[in-house]
Amino acid sequence: MSSLIWLPFLPLLGTLIPLVTARFSRTACAFMTAALPALTLFLVLSHAGDIFQGERFFAAIPWIPAIGLELAFRLDGLALLFSILILGIGLLVILYARYYLSAKDSIGKFYAYLILFMFAMLGVVLSDNLIQLWFFWELTSISSFLLISFWGHKTEARKGARMALTVTGAGGLALLAGLLILGNTVGSFSLQDVLDSGELIKASVNYPIIVVLVLLGAFTKSAQFPFHFWLPNAMAAPTPVSAYLHSATMVKAGIFLMARFYPALADTDLWFLIVSLTGLATFLVGAYIAIFQHDLKGLLANSTISHLGLITLLLGMGTDLAAVAAIFHIINHAIFKASLFMAAGIIDHESGSRDMRQLNGLWKYMPYTATLAMVASASMAGVPLMNGFLSKEMFFTETLHQASLGSLSWFIPVLATLGGVFAVAYSMRFIHDVFFNGEPINLPKTPHEPPRYMRVPVEILVALCLVVGIFPSLVVGDLLLAAANATLNAPAPNYSLAIWHGFNFPLLMSVIALVGGLYMYHNRSHMFKFQAQFPTSDPKLVFEGVIQYLTNKASRIIAFTENGSLQRYIFFVLAFAIVMTASTLMKLNTTAGHRPEIPLDALSITCAVLLCVSALATVLWHRRRVIALLTLSVVGLIVSLAFAQFSAPDLALTQLSVEVVTVILLILALFFLPQNTPKESSPRRVVRDLSLASLIGGVVGTISYALMTRPLDTISTFFTENSKTGGGGTNIVNVILVDFRGFDTLGEITVLGIAALGIYKLIARMRLFMPSSDGNGLAWSEDRHPILLAVISQSLLPLALLVSAYIFLRGHNMPGGGFIAGLITSVAIIQQYVAHGVDWIKTRIKLDYQIMIGSGIGIATLSGLGSWVFGHTFLSSWFDYFYLPVIGKFELASAMIFDLGVFLTVVGATMLILANLGQLTTSERPIQKEHD
Amino acid sequence: MEGLYAFCVGLLTACGIFLALRGRTFSVVIGLTLLSYAVNLFLFASGRLKLNAAAVLGESEQYSDPLPQALVLTAIVIGFAMTAFAVILAMRARADLGNDHVDGTLPVQPSDASQKSGGSQ
Repeated sequence: MSSLIWLPFLPLLGTLIPLVTARFSRTACAFMTAALPALTLFLVLSHAGDIFQGERFFAAIPWIPAIGLELAFRLDGLALLFSILILGIGLLVILYARYYLSAKDSIGKFYAYLILFMFAMLGVVLSDNLIQLWFFWELTSISSFLLISFWGHKTEARKGARMALTVTGAGGLALLAGLLILGNTVGSFSLQDVLDSGELIKASVNYPIIVVLVLLGAFTKSAQFPFHFWLPNAMAAPTPVSAYLHSATMVKAGIFLMARFYPALADTDLWFLIVSLTGLATFLVGAYIAIFQHDLKGLLANSTISHLGLITLLLGMGTDLAAVAAIFHIINHAIFKASLFMAAGIIDHESGSRDMRQLNGLWKYMPYTATLAMVASASMAGVPLMNGFLSKEMFFTETLHQASLGSLSWFIPVLATLGGVFAVAYSMRFIHDVFFNGEPINLPKTPHEPPRYMRVPVEILVALCLVVGIFPSLVVGDLLLAAANATLNAPAPNYSLAIWHGFNFPLLMSVIALVGGLYMYHNRSHMFKFQAQFPTSDPKLVFEGVIQYLTNKASRIIAFTENGSLQRYIFFVLAFAIVMTASTLMKLNTTAGHRPEIPLDALSITCAVLLCVSALATVLWHRRRVIALLTLSVVGLIVSLAFAQFSAPDLALTQLSVEVVTVILLILALFFLPQNTPKESSPRRVVRDLSLASLIGGVVGTISYALMTRPLDTISTFFTENSKTGGGGTNIVNVILVDFRGFDTLGEITVLGIAALGIYKLIARMRLFMPSSDGNGLAWSEDRHPILLAVISQSLLPLALLVSAYIFLRGHNMPGGGFIAGLITSVAIIQQYVAHGVDWIKTRIKLDYQIMIGSGIGIATLSGLGSWVFGHTFLSSWFDYFYLPVIGKFELASAMIFDLGVFLTVVGATMLILANLGQLTTSERPIQKEHD
Repeated sequence: MEGLYAFCVGLLTACGIFLALRGRTFSVVIGLTLLSYAVNLFLFASGRLKLNAAAVLGESEQYSDPLPQALVLTAIVIGFAMTAFAVILAMRARADLGNDHVDGTLPVQPSDASQKSGGSQ
């Protein structure tokens, strides 16, 4: 079923067409835009026959199967029904919009948004994967935002669009959470798997959470009470958008969701209570408010809310027949409401007003449109021979069979009849106020019939109202049955679509609704007076108020936590860290473990005392920066001694050479920075920081002690055993670096290179003045390059390089290796810089450190790739032993090439940093006057 | 010995964190350096302390855990790059902003009159 994949994506491709063809005439643009949706509709209908026979079509492209991500589509009865609605009404709306939009509106942009929405909607109804369904769900929210705010120059369009996006977007987040829990409960994100595990889901402890979250998504989208307020405000959209989104498609997405998950989630008390009561409340509230609207579209929007409530109520009743009735009403409501919106749009377009206090007696001006609108309104009211009547009869029948509220169950049919009364009243108002009831008052234009083809979509829909109303089973019988089967995930029960079922209670309820509605409309002046006593509250203002309140609160929290002070951020992070670690640590019963400790010796105690004194001195004298630097270096030296003491010669060597480089770097930096730190921390701040620092220090020390006194279960046995046989070296640390975990090291030296290049760029445009004296006002020494230092260091260079080569070569078997050798070489070169100055070196050592870094990383990568040539995995090493006279037996290993790359990168990075920083002190530095 | 070692690690951490909470860039860099000493010692000690047990085959009876050593070795080198980056950034910030405070602006002193005469700022 490869063509199934194309169903949603043809419209996606189609979003480009209007943008390209907008330069041609509007008619041409409309026809070309309609081409791909029409083709999609044809493809959908080509599957209809098989689906009516009970087949279902699936197509999937796996993406990340391990976490259930795939591109999966399905076409079953429910998806077929919705696809036909989306594409069919979409095509009519395209035709309608061509006449509705004025020459000032960008029709290309409008069509592009519309088709984008069509794509999103098709994606929702065709998805066979939960995550994918949610993705398209959000896309409908976003594309509807674009459509509602199409007339972005109007305030109410922007506000309405924002409100719709906020409400449906928030619901979308709830839905995502619900779907994720649902998928995890079932163990699959495939929709079919979920639908087949209804029992499992309902038995799960997560079931209430899933139901509430999924229903939040559905209720916000389908404008259910109390989230209904966004729909009337979305009427600021152009009418074709209202006809499409707010009657047939987007608001039905929530209904679709409930129908889709019906087999998985419905049929429990919780579902019944939430869904049916919400639906009932929405049904009544929407219908009641609709009566008092003066805006034509406002009336229709509230009536839509009411009808959506009706469908929700049906879906919440928990019987299979109610679900069938719900599906039937989805079809009927889409048909009559789309035509009514289009009629309202025609009236607005040709008379310049949508206010029913001005619009009166239009029958004389546009009799043809009036007839169409009246038929559609009659269907909305549930008058016999119209499609609306049939599904409303089914609705009344179902309410009579409800027993779920126990002895109070009779409330449901009574309230349903009351809603029917309201529906007749507002339908009557739509007909009588607009087309009769005197003469038009102060209309901006003289009303007249619309262009011929603007009426065609309305004619088609109204004809459908009648045809479905008179020959229901012939026209939609198969479609309804297929959709009902798919909704129930089981064969639907027997039902009859006939117009006449004899004299029975539902018929009586219809008659009561009709008569009561007419009576209510007749006495509307009393109702308006009654309603006028209530203070009007605009949901828009309430909504904006809530948003404003939240924004203010949020800004205050942000102003407190994010005030731009780094000290505060660090404090928060550390305080949080201490809370997290300390609380865990308290669960540890004893600090000390059972591992025997090493006895203390005098030398270790001396070193430890020295370390502590130096560290404390660094803190005490941190404002006198040179002294702090000196004490810091003492700490570093003792740390390297500690490494040496506790059997880590490689670490000791590395720490020692890094220490030298770091101190040189910091001294160079200090040359450009203030020599002293002013005293500016308040005593309170000092106490606060000291407390936090001591706490963390105490916790870290405790963890370290607890760790060291407990036995170790290490994974290093593997490294120790395979170091010689597999890696060809006896220095296990080095073999780990260049072989076992060579990929880590490759990443490591890449980071080093990137850091060095970043520093190079930072230095390149540095504008610093060079102080002429030190912090105490003493001038710097004039003797920049003492001759003694120059001579000695020059003679030391070959020696240092020799040591470096030796350390490098023996690294695989003895302490040493690329990192250490690279640092030693760097120190040797830096010494030449210190002794002779940058200018002197520049003429003698011509090394491009950037190229050095690049070639180092390159060599390391290539040595890894080399193993591919021999059919091994990346970075596996090769080694063998050779014999040469004089030297004797020696080993060659491919890991040494890798280590050479490490060596080059380390030298390049270190020198790039230090040489460039040092260069700032020479004649090549940028000159600037002292300013601070 | 382990107790002494743990005490030193804790002290270095505390000193490092106190300095990292100061308001001037150089103090923060010094603090971060102290902190990285502490972190390296801590990580190294997760392989347990052993005397005369270098992780070189054939050199000793037993071997210390080589894995933390390898990790700490690269951490030391990367730590250098990090320190260098931080200090150069501090210099650049001073050059571009005219002061060396971590927030980029000097804090408003509660009483300017009582400000010490010392300091180069």
